[in-house]
Amino acid sequence: MRLEARGAVSPAMALAAPVVAVAFTLAVAALFVAWAGAPVGRTYALIFEGGFGSRFAWSETLTRATPLILTGLAAAIAFRARLYNIGAEGQLYAGALAAVAVGGLHGGTGFDLPPALLLVAMFAAAALAGGLLMALPAFAKTRFGVDEVVTTLLLNFIVLLFVSMMLDGPMKDPAAMGWPQSVALREELELPKLVERTRVHAGLLIAIGLAVLSWTAMRATTFGFEVRAVGANPRAARFAGVPVARTLLLVALASGAAAGLGGAIEVAGRTGYVTLDMSPGYGYTGIVIAMLAGLNPLGVVAAAVFVAGVLVGADSMSRAASVPTYIADVIVAVALIAMLVAALAARYRIRLR
Amino acid sequence: MLDALASMLANADFWSAVLRIATPLVFGTVGVLLCERVGVLNLGIEGIMVAGAFTGWLAVHAGAGLWTGVLVAAVTGALFGLLHGILTVPLALSQHVSGLGITMFATAVAYYAYRVSFPNVSTPPTIATFAEMSWLGVPVLAAQTPMTLVAIALVPLVAWVLYRTPLGLALRMVGENPAAAEGQGLSVYALRIGSIAAGSALMGVAGAFLTLSAFNSFFFNMVNGRGWICVALVVFAGWRPGKALFGALLFAFFDAMQLRLQQSDAGALPYQAWLMLPYVLSILALVAVARRASYPQALMRPYRKGER
Amino acid sequence: MSEPVLRLSGITRRFGALVANDGITLDLAAGEVLALLGENGAGKSTLVSILFGHYVADAGTIEAFGRPLPPGDPAAALAAGIGMVHQHSTLADNLTVLDNVMLGTEPLWRPLSRRREGRARLVATAERFGLAVDPDARVARLSVGERQRVEILKALTRDARVLILDEPTAVLTPQESEALFTTLRGMVAEGLSVIFISHKLDEVLRVSDRIAVLRTGRLVAAMPSRGTSKAALAEAMVGRAVAPPVAKPHARGDVVCVLDRVAMRGERVGERLDGVSLALHAGEITAIAGVAGNGQAALVDLLCGMRAADAGSVTLGGAALPADPRGWIDAGAARIPDDRREVGTLGDLPVWENAIAERYRRPFASGGIVRRRSARAYARRLVDRYDVRGAGIDTPVRTLSGGNMQKLIVGRALSGGASKPDAYLPTLIVASQPTWGLDAGAVAWVHQQLLDACARGSAVLLVSEDLDEIFALADRIAVIHGGRLVPPRPAKQWTLAEIGLAMAGVRDAA
Repeated sequence: MRLEARGAVSPAMALAAPVVAVAFTLAVAALFVAWAGAPVGRTYALIFEGGFGSRFAWSETLTRATPLILTGLAAAIAFRARLYNIGAEGQLYAGALAAVAVGGLHGGTGFDLPPALLLVAMFAAAALAGGLLMALPAFAKTRFGVDEVVTTLLLNFIVLLFVSMMLDGPMKDPAAMGWPQSVALREELELPKLVERTRVHAGLLIAIGLAVLSWTAMRATTFGFEVRAVGANPRAARFAGVPVARTLLLVALASGAAAGLGGAIEVAGRTGYVTLDMSPGYGYTGIVIAMLAGLNPLGVVAAAVFVAGVLVGADSMSRAASVPTYIADVIVAVALIAMLVAALAARYRIRLR
Repeated sequence: MLDALASMLANADFWSAVLRIATPLVFGTVGVLLCERVGVLNLGIEGIMVAGAFTGWLAVHAGAGLWTGVLVAAVTGALFGLLHGILTVPLALSQHVSGLGITMFATAVAYYAYRVSFPNVSTPPTIATFAEMSWLGVPVLAAQTPMTLVAIALVPLVAWVLYRTPLGLALRMVGENPAAAEGQGLSVYALRIGSIAAGSALMGVAGAFLTLSAFNSFFFNMVNGRGWICVALVVFAGWRPGKALFGALLFAFFDAMQLRLQQSDAGALPYQAWLMLPYVLSILALVAVARRASYPQALMRPYRKGER
Repeated sequence: MSEPVLRLSGITRRFGALVANDGITLDLAAGEVLALLGENGAGKSTLVSILFGHYVADAGTIEAFGRPLPPGDPAAALAAGIGMVHQHSTLADNLTVLDNVMLGTEPLWRPLSRRREGRARLVATAERFGLAVDPDARVARLSVGERQRVEILKALTRDARVLILDEPTAVLTPQESEALFTTLRGMVAEGLSVIFISHKLDEVLRVSDRIAVLRTGRLVAAMPSRGTSKAALAEAMVGRAVAPPVAKPHARGDVVCVLDRVAMRGERVGERLDGVSLALHAGEITAIAGVAGNGQAALVDLLCGMRAADAGSVTLGGAALPADPRGWIDAGAARIPDDRREVGTLGDLPVWENAIAERYRRPFASGGIVRRRSARAYARRLVDRYDVRGAGIDTPVRTLSGGNMQKLIVGRALSGGASKPDAYLPTLIVASQPTWGLDAGAVAWVHQQLLDACARGSAVLLVSEDLDEIFALADRIAVIHGGRLVPPRPAKQWTLAEIGLAMAGVRDAA
């Protein structure tokens, strides 16, 4: 087997790759559905209906997509510089915790701040918490040569235990009757709903805004060039005068901040407090979303909506059919692998000899 | 405090716990080592352990013997390893992302299959696990199951293969300079994929230890980062089987210690702080050795035939 | 004439649109040294890669000792008695010589490697051909010449009857090359046949019995070496008139760059410098000759701003500069690195971004925003002026050929982001192996650029392993060995033998 470079990737190929990957994924997942003894067509119809079939379905999908856009951005930004941030899960929780620390504990910061200022402080704290959490492994990478994948993965476990410690200790909600749950955010910090009688909140706009901002920054700024240069080849980037270590550190801060904001927005827009199960693996799913989007920040929005639809749809389907909701995880994982291969096929001709 | 420590170290139960905790780490670490020695990072380990834990347990639950269960787990691991091998060796995809994909895929498949097989259980069904080898008569070993003996025997076996056989030389060469192996008529692809499959089989067995020896049922999140810890341990061990065994034992020692201290020292520190210790230690170990680690030269460098 | 040991018939191989080998038919007789002569890119390496089974030919067959050789199978080639010494090292640094030699000599599934037998065989072969090595030495500690000896031993211990050497002298001193030729003679006397690949006319005429010339994938001539002239070979090889570069009169100017007792530490010899002092003058080409891995990398990294000196000082234009590539670029250093694909360019980024890569902050950005329009216009001018072909400014730079990539790198370095061509003159040009792997036309082009810039007043430092190139261009020549520098002397004061000895570290020669 040999790979032959195709030269420039045509736009048609770049667009066809995710479509083919998704089609392949649905075909593979169909085998799993059939194995569970359910009719494939009906199951898919139920998933689609549950994810995109009604106003309510759309509202749930968009609500779910909001944190996924942000963790997807976290992965897309970092992976572009070939900084493998697998710690978005932990950074999301760190952001959520920071948000409650600023906006909930002692009824807020303890200072008498106007709500607008407090809101800004809350988001800033969340971004900073996530960013610093990612800056540590990035620093260990540039300074000591430690692979960031393993450190960010291990940090996820540490952060989750830390959250658990906080929910048992200083941030425990006394009114929750032993349920591990943090104190609630001040009411005036909650994000407004976008559509009445749904859960879609203003966080969606923030997420989309950040995606547009990231896209513009990657394309038009010197920082964007630095990120892409480091990702293309760190040695060549350094030769051209790009400050590689500094770029990686800034990318880490930006990436972690996106995930941290995701946590704060979940708290301020949906839950109102921190629990240990507030993220069903949003951080890991973000990686799949970034890959499906070809690391394009605008593509992340579309990919996040698609994946959110599958997750929401699978939940609602499993209530009606005898297919476990884990089918969504199977779809997401197969989509990741299929997308990798499809992107390869767009860049290379795969020759058997 | 010192007294408590001394009595703990004098206690055979403590050392039994160390060996028990170390066993899956030994399987997993040697598995990672076999992959990385031929130049391929395998972050699929976490998911492969979940899948091995599930299929091994399912086989026994369905009436197969315990050793058959271990074999089933190994085959499961090898199959996922084969997939990872094809994606990363001839297709030369990102080893990081492919490995994570394998972890997600294997975990999702295991959970899905568990739910399909047992749709309506509230408490996990159990099996009769490996028995302790009380007939052995050696204090600490007698409290272990035969899988621990297999794990310990595995280390010199792998060291022998790597350093004493032509196959081992070929495997090491493929991880150092694949072009050299190709130039001597060896198939880089076959050696790499084969070694990844073998290593992944061991990861599957590592998972099976959890369901067939340590616990008697399969439940969610049971692997809980052990796979990632193995990846860190291999760096700590400098890609040497003997040091990998030492690293796993050292790690298990600290883990067993924190479990004891957590119980004896109640109140001083929240239990979560103790639970963080293994992960913190893994990171510190990585930071400590990373600069002077002598990586296999071709680690994470895909090999393309005829390209130099 | 006896049966040929190798018979290649109609070998054809395409890579995409490129025909690398086009119907090549060629025999190798027993006890013969056949030289395969051709420019870089003529298809020599492709041909032997097919012969050895790394590639599969699209058409054509190979017979070895009268039997057909199965395509695409290096193991079969080895079994048929074909041994290959590759252009790039195929040794593993972290393993011993014996490990490297024993690889692949035993059945894979044997439960215990027979190392004692392997060692005895290695020692015996080494003695028989006069190639001394220490079986237990780690390869990382060996010099380039010693590594090549191990590569040859690897083939000989496997009873190779045909030995293929791909550009074996590229990394050797003249004396080491002589020793290699003697070894080859010895092997031929023992009945081996040799295919010797080179693009150097002199050595081809010296060492071979017969010469086959490849040009753009085709076999254009095959002739006995005796009675063939260098001029005839050159014409057959290049096939067109390549105007030799013209040195314009230039005068030595002021000192612009000074290294004073510079020391650099490193794990390998090539990463170290030891008490190096050197002054580079405007309007002068100073060349550093040396065998690969003797400190050239450290010197080039230092002068490209990639690494700092551990002791001593280095100044450019009178100012001491830190290890920061941008600082060196801004101070007027034009840098041409030896590795075009891994250092010189950002492969996945388009041509236009590579064209401004060294100047992306100034002048091609303001307020952190890239001035896209002026950057692209500049890239377009660069591509025109330096005749970069084969791509638009939006294609990824990795798709360019080596020659066009080098034109982009040289053009970028010499233009300095200036809006008008020739409005910029670099203070210092650091050119490391600037013509490596290029064909004759591109080589002449690069040489002309260096000569022109020098005539306009740049100081040029040329680091090269090719002594022909050095003698063609340099005003002064210094030799580097083991991280130490034999101080520069005017080129005319060196003889080839003296340079060779200095390259080998014989200090008295200098």
